[in-house]
Amino acid sequence: MKKLRNMNPAVRTNFLTYAAVLLAFAILQPMSMAGKLSPTLQGQLVPVCAYVVMALSLNLTVGVLGELSLGHAGFMSVGAFSGAVAASALQNAIPSAWLRLTVAMLIGALFAGMVGTLISVPVLRLNGDYLAIVTLAFGQIIKSIVENLYVGVDGKGLHMSFLQPTVKLGEGGRMILNGPMGIPNISKISTFLAGFVLIMVTLAVIFNLVNSRSGRAIMALRDNRIAAESVGINVTKYKMMAFVISAALAGAAGALFALGQNTIVASKFDFNTSILILVYVVLGGQGKMWGSILAASFLTILPETAMMRDLRDYRMLAYAIVLILVMLATNSPVLKNFFGKLLRGKDEAKKGGVK
Amino acid sequence: MVIFLSRLINGISLGSVYAIIALGYTMVYGIAKMLNFAHGDVIMVGAYVCFFAVANYSLPPLVGVLLAMVVCTVLGIVIERLAYKPLRQAPSLAVLITAIGVSYFLQNGAQLLWGSNNKMFPVFLNGDALSLMDGELRVSVATVVNVVACVAIMLVLSWFTGKTKMGKAMRACSEDKGAAQLMGINVDTTISMTFAIGSALAAVAGVLYMSSYPILVPTTGSMPGIKAFTAAVFGGIGSIPGALLGGLLLGVIEIFAGGYISTQLQNAIVFAVLIVVLLVKPSGLLGKQIREKV
Repeated sequence: MKKLRNMNPAVRTNFLTYAAVLLAFAILQPMSMAGKLSPTLQGQLVPVCAYVVMALSLNLTVGVLGELSLGHAGFMSVGAFSGAVAASALQNAIPSAWLRLTVAMLIGALFAGMVGTLISVPVLRLNGDYLAIVTLAFGQIIKSIVENLYVGVDGKGLHMSFLQPTVKLGEGGRMILNGPMGIPNISKISTFLAGFVLIMVTLAVIFNLVNSRSGRAIMALRDNRIAAESVGINVTKYKMMAFVISAALAGAAGALFALGQNTIVASKFDFNTSILILVYVVLGGQGKMWGSILAASFLTILPETAMMRDLRDYRMLAYAIVLILVMLATNSPVLKNFFGKLLRGKDEAKKGGVK
Repeated sequence: MVIFLSRLINGISLGSVYAIIALGYTMVYGIAKMLNFAHGDVIMVGAYVCFFAVANYSLPPLVGVLLAMVVCTVLGIVIERLAYKPLRQAPSLAVLITAIGVSYFLQNGAQLLWGSNNKMFPVFLNGDALSLMDGELRVSVATVVNVVACVAIMLVLSWFTGKTKMGKAMRACSEDKGAAQLMGINVDTTISMTFAIGSALAAVAGVLYMSSYPILVPTTGSMPGIKAFTAAVFGGIGSIPGALLGGLLLGVIEIFAGGYISTQLQNAIVFAVLIVVLLVKPSGLLGKQIREKV
């Protein structure tokens, strides 16, 4: 305990974040194995993990790099479809579900990272709201492209067509991705354990990045781009680094999510999903990873809880009102001064701010 | 040639509606420096009000439109007062999330009040107004109304921002709020006024949009909202002529992309053009390039 108190505050927060995730897993996993969880909660375990990773990765763009992204679901979509196609195509080649899931997540991360690199070219030229609109536009483009992609597999490998379902398959071939119908009959190989591992890996990647020379350069860009540039920080390189890592992590989360569902369709990863993830990040606090984890898991489970289900039709309305009230309560000057006085001495309020 | 012209006319017709919506986005952005994501849902509320006025109470369409404008104006002012005004000093991301919250609120409120089933918007702009080239090229009444409404609104707005006291106050606020306040301009009233005008325009746009795409659901407003937002950025957000240009271009590109290339990729092409434009002109077609000072 004493050692914990003497730690550097940033290191302590990171350490406690790891510990809290581990603890949550240690409690939930035996309960899930023993069948003590309600069916809805049981079904939410994998999606919660995927959304937590999505929120963490978006927090890297929004909180650490300080740029608003409105198309994060696009990367999730790329990861989900490439991962699910890979898992389906490799069904016979890799019999072990574990290995197949890992490969699928890696492929999802790779593809999303590639798309992220492509997108970062225009993104790096723009600032502020214009950057946000370009990410929004890319999110829509990715959705349209995936909706018109047809992929099939046969003995010779993958075949694909665009716009028209004209994939010619050989003996024993089958379609995997059917354009707007998405991918049906996915074999569910995602597990809560895999989700937990992915969260831990994501945390490790982000914490190590943030506490490195590159991470400090990225945060310097966020705080004052011109000052950072004038001391020799390569703006393009570090912006791209943060953006691509964020995209790749979102891709892995997408693969995890897709392989925990029966079917996935491109319209699942639309603008609203991007916004939902942004809401997790902002409610949890920009730059605060533990905040993203809490907000993502709480807000994914909240509409499914018994209390909220009693409200039935009103639950999305209640969600909207909660969202507005939380934003008002945390940002209105009157309330902020009040809480600021309570918290004085703890410099929590000053850290991690984004212009 | 006839096909080209008729597509061009359809594009201008759709673009006029986008331009009217984009005006609301651009005015609010110019003055309050916020992206009002709830704007698309104000369109939807306007459309519902007009729908009920015309279909249930059999009021004349014009009264329906006026009623929708009044309701949306009040709605816009109330939203601004309750949700955005307390956050005037807050970081822009907080305001953005609040706007998203308001958007969810309006969509779900509409779903509770009016149900989620499709409603067919009554067609009151039917028939052809003009018949050109030996009757091969027809221009519908809806198109004429869209274009006339768009041009009229543009002219009135240009006059309003250029000549009236309130309009000048708006321009002053968009330049520098602090200085405007020192000159005796009531910034809060000016911002409320901007929201009121933007929301009234949204109501008009909602009814016009419904005349072309007559299926009314609580999420009706989101897609034209996103498109019009894109149009506003396309033309240079904050600029009123930019909104008109952006809206018209976006409408024409959308119809041409759908007609000549592929309807499935319509939206993708629209957004790809936007990205290309922003790459060449990073602050939109008519936007001001702001020099960074250290």
